[in-house]
Amino acid sequence: MTVTAVIAEDEPLLAEGLRQELAALWPELQIVATVGDGLAAAGRALALAPDICFFDIRMPGATGLEAAQALAEDWPERVPFPLIVFVTAYDQYALQAFAAQAVDYVVKPVERERLAACVARLKARLATRGPLPESLQRSVDQLRALLGDIAAPIAPRLDVIQAQVGTVVHLVPVDEVIYFEAADKYVRVITADKEHLIRLSLKELLPQLDPQRFWQVHRGTVVQARCITQARREESGKVTLVLRGRSEALTASRLYAHLFKGL
Amino acid sequence: MLRAVTSMILLERLPQPLRSLLRQLAVAIPLCTFIALFMSAVFGAPLGPMLVFSFSIGLTCQALIEGGRRGVAWWLARSRPDSEPLRNGWPGWHWTGPIIVLGILGGVQIGYRMASGLLGIETRTPEFTNWRAWFVILSVSLIASLVVTSFFWARGRLAAIEAKAQGAQRLAAENQLKLLESQLEPHMLFNTLANLRVLIALDPARAQAMLDRLIAFLRATLNASRVGSHPLSTEFDRLSDYLALMAVRMGPRLAFSFNLPDALRSAPVPPLLLQPLVENCIQHGLEPKIEGGHVDVCAVRDGATLLLTVRDNGVGLAAGSAAGGTHFGTQQVRDRLAALYGAAATFTVTAAAGGGTEARIAIPLHATT
Repeated sequence: MTVTAVIAEDEPLLAEGLRQELAALWPELQIVATVGDGLAAAGRALALAPDICFFDIRMPGATGLEAAQALAEDWPERVPFPLIVFVTAYDQYALQAFAAQAVDYVVKPVERERLAACVARLKARLATRGPLPESLQRSVDQLRALLGDIAAPIAPRLDVIQAQVGTVVHLVPVDEVIYFEAADKYVRVITADKEHLIRLSLKELLPQLDPQRFWQVHRGTVVQARCITQARREESGKVTLVLRGRSEALTASRLYAHLFKGL
Repeated sequence: MLRAVTSMILLERLPQPLRSLLRQLAVAIPLCTFIALFMSAVFGAPLGPMLVFSFSIGLTCQALIEGGRRGVAWWLARSRPDSEPLRNGWPGWHWTGPIIVLGILGGVQIGYRMASGLLGIETRTPEFTNWRAWFVILSVSLIASLVVTSFFWARGRLAAIEAKAQGAQRLAAENQLKLLESQLEPHMLFNTLANLRVLIALDPARAQAMLDRLIAFLRATLNASRVGSHPLSTEFDRLSDYLALMAVRMGPRLAFSFNLPDALRSAPVPPLLLQPLVENCIQHGLEPKIEGGHVDVCAVRDGATLLLTVRDNGVGLAAGSAAGGTHFGTQQVRDRLAALYGAAATFTVTAAAGGGTEARIAIPLHATT
């Protein structure tokens, strides 16, 4: 049985170096794609469904962590979830988190012995990969804990959102916002009767919101908890949210499904 | 020597009030002994009783003055808790002067009676028997008190100045370290080494060239704080080392160009002035941009002014600073320019036309740096 892998690394020489080292250590491993940014990393991995992903942390587009989060959220439940190995040059906080959550990682420059140990571990885990739903759930739990460990520091709380349209600035009290939705480099701010666009990424906005009131339910969605009237668990592990004041339903990804459990 | 060291160690271990009491006694005991010897020699009185009088009066005066001084300082500090001298028990000479006078008037009276009692002499206050003796005792006490108080005052000031100097030194060292850390950013260094490691196997000649660039970059970074200025051409060479290293790493995602007129090659500039600006272009402008872009550095003469421009076509100011910048790089450039040229230098960072960021520095062309 051939084992497939995707490499995401924005520095071409390092990608080539890793490919060669892996070819020497693990000839049966087939590198099905090499990409240079975080968005392509998630896209190609979802399309090709490899067994293993080597993700650099600092990449343009999206970080390796964000790419892994996208995989965990959008991965089809009938396909085995890939083993993810993070590759990083220097990031002591991330390393601490990786070690704490027992996530595979290698440090650049990648030493051959270290990579050999990593390969041995990957082989062992591929051989003992459990039945589908549980193995996916385990990966999701691991990633959720990892993302919690690397959360951004808390910024001053935002009380009013200022959304500019031409020369007019609309002031929207945070209380009136039902949910925020990422839209490329912008965030859509949705209230009961209006919709605004702000020039801010969700990643920058999130630390300024009170996590008790605003829950992240998807990598692209943050919803005010008191506006959720119903949460319905789907077969796929996702949760459909019915809102007060809005007709559309939202989806909570499997990374955040644990937020909705009956008492 | 050994005893002095052990006594110092012992002193360090004692609680603060006890320590300052011992310090007071260390000054008071020799002084009182000296005064007793001096008085006994001048007036031909027996040394024993003189010692008793000297110590009684001296210690009482000192206790009253020190107690008064600290008491007043404590009382004043209640309404001005941020005053450093008050917290250290110093209310200022305008308070200490009267305290000394009152302390001596009281101390001499009390000490004289104490000594008389101890020696079994009939208590007589000196002013009724001998005006001259009264005058001598008061003057000697006054001089001694002034000497002691001045000594502790000078000592306290010296300690304060020393603490301040130490604080300033520590701050300077911390800044230096922060600067070095920002220039030798670990992420950049380890990624460069990782590239080098791959290149050694893949293309040894290119690996060697890259290593030479890295050596030149490291040498310049470590030397930058020791040289006052270097020619603009050297500055551009160092930028080209850095950008060449980054170009190996980023591959086709990074392009760069320099524009340095021959007439400006020897113009003196502070070493690695432009380095943080170029680093910002890479870190906050181009690295976050999927398709990459270019960095352009150019020097232009405008009359007696040297205009230096560092421009990129990256993700731009808003998005770039959101990527986790500390503004340490631009702040450092601003601080250096202010220290070297004052108001004669200007520095602006703006959004470049057509996306990206543009940093502009204007400095006097023929200023000695």
